[in-house]
Amino acid sequence: MDKPVNNRAWFLVLPVLVLVAFSAVIPLMTVVNYSVQDTFGNNQFFWNGLGWFQEVLESDRIHAALGRQLLFSAIILAIEIPLGIFIALNMPKRGFWASLVLVLMALPLLIPWNVVGTIWQVFGRVDIGLLGHTLAALGIDYNYVNDPFDAWATIIVMDVWHWTSLVALLCYAGLQSIPDAYYQAARIDQASRWGVFRFIELPKMQGVLLIAVLLRFMDSFMIYTEPFVVTGGGPGNATTFLSIDLVKMAIGQFDLGPAAAFSLIYFLVILLISWVFYTVMTAQKDTP
Amino acid sequence: MARITLDNLAHSYSPSPKAEADWALKPMSLTWRDGGAYALLGSSGCGKTTLLNIISGLLRPSRGRVLFGDRDVTDLPTAGRNIAQVFQFPVVYDTMTVRQNLAFPLKNRDLPAAQIAARVEAVARMIGMEDTLDRRARGLTADAKQKISLGRGMVRQDVNAILFDEPLTVIDPQMKWELRTQLKALHREFGHTMIYVTHDQTEALTFADEVVVMSEGRVVQAGTPQSLFDAPAHTFVGYFIGSPGMNLLDAEVQGTTARVAGTTIPLGRAYQAPRGRVQIGIRPDAVRPSAEGLPFRLIRAEDVGHHRILRGEVAGAPFNLVVPEDQPIPATFDRVALDPTRIGVFVDDWRIEPLERAA
Repeated sequence: MDKPVNNRAWFLVLPVLVLVAFSAVIPLMTVVNYSVQDTFGNNQFFWNGLGWFQEVLESDRIHAALGRQLLFSAIILAIEIPLGIFIALNMPKRGFWASLVLVLMALPLLIPWNVVGTIWQVFGRVDIGLLGHTLAALGIDYNYVNDPFDAWATIIVMDVWHWTSLVALLCYAGLQSIPDAYYQAARIDQASRWGVFRFIELPKMQGVLLIAVLLRFMDSFMIYTEPFVVTGGGPGNATTFLSIDLVKMAIGQFDLGPAAAFSLIYFLVILLISWVFYTVMTAQKDTP
Repeated sequence: MARITLDNLAHSYSPSPKAEADWALKPMSLTWRDGGAYALLGSSGCGKTTLLNIISGLLRPSRGRVLFGDRDVTDLPTAGRNIAQVFQFPVVYDTMTVRQNLAFPLKNRDLPAAQIAARVEAVARMIGMEDTLDRRARGLTADAKQKISLGRGMVRQDVNAILFDEPLTVIDPQMKWELRTQLKALHREFGHTMIYVTHDQTEALTFADEVVVMSEGRVVQAGTPQSLFDAPAHTFVGYFIGSPGMNLLDAEVQGTTARVAGTTIPLGRAYQAPRGRVQIGIRPDAVRPSAEGLPFRLIRAEDVGHHRILRGEVAGAPFNLVVPEDQPIPATFDRVALDPTRIGVFVDDWRIEPLERAA
């Protein structure tokens, strides 16, 4: 059957194009525009080519922040993914307790980022915070303001508290979709508990796990509010992650050019790593 | 291998069953001979799968005992019973190859690798999948997956029984016939006890030496296909087995005669005057068109090749005749004659025996 060709049909996609242009393309192009120019105020701009990109790529300060950021995301994924799977496996499958646990699990996800930061900032304080004070009373030298290790530990525990629920809930949904016959067949085949997990549960969770890993990677790689509220990037630069560094540069020092170049590189790094995760995790699916 | 005995077994899915309807399985006692080929036949929802899951230990019965040989296994988990079961819908381990799928039950029992390899090859040949052994199971079609499930059920040689829960539902008809033949051959070769759940009477009658018919959670009759056909113990069996099923007519039975809608017909044997709802039943092939007998109104005739089915009514109840191909049908007839020796009498749906057995 021949499809009629009518070029006026392009007008039908015009509204979407306009919306996307205003919401994404034009703001992004503004950033691209800043990234290749320099300004000394008075709205006067000078062409700077790829200078800012070179400066960002060669900056030791930004390299260190990237290193911290990668380490942070790696730790977050290494804790939250297995922990989330473990929780999901142990959540009740149906009945009153299932509903209760679901509500409890969803609670941390409903709290705004800066409130989470404030909660933990207060919670961890040695003078008035429940956690900090208790640890001090037990004779443990804990102080997230002065000690880089304690600062890291606090931020990681906070993120685990805030976001493990998301992984657990996604995995729970994946587990709920497995028909009973699979578990029955495994019992008939005398599979061990590990066998059931390895050959039934894990393969069936693959799809939701991909989403969980991508979401948790992107979110942790872009983390800003919580460490900003708790540690402000300190002590020293110990918890200055990429986004904190970027905001200091763009709004603190108003270095629009380098900050724009930084933003674009930041964006590309997230895109690249997400693509790698996606490719690796879906590769197995397509092989016969 | 062992004889399987169900002793006063009953099951309810509700924790505190009250009404009769709460029981998915009503109390039953049944023995499955070691090495027998059984079919469990009944319409959907009659408790066949529940019974199967109780035998394999996936479900613990609310009441009664399950015995393998003389050993009480009621509280033994599935793994301890050494039973194979194939489910209605294919279950394969997605990330494994076909070979790994077939080897899985053997691997879990720590068999030597050489023995596993030999068994897998043999089973692969049986289900016709030697060429796809190294394919990943995920991408296969539904019937290939179901063949893997069947293969996994048959791969262990020392099982107490192999249970099949409507295993051929998703398989196309040609393959169905072939696999059923394979199962039969397998049964003859290794002599495993096999219990085959189905709602398809052809499947049940061709597979089994003995058929157990269930209805509404109750075993209504167990016997050879022939005995189910000749002497159904319950109107459900008469109606369910045979195509078309048994004709049933309300009647008054007295001695050696029955009165149906004002016409008296002879019975082969004498019966005590029964109480309750009395029906006589007769197979459609034991009836022929006639000038005398019960008044019959023909509605339509179907020619199905080697015989013809005449569908009609006697006294307002549906009544069918099966007439062999070589036997002419009168151009007009309004009565049917029943073969007295093949009439059964049912009271409240259960068959009653005549007073004295005729020689």
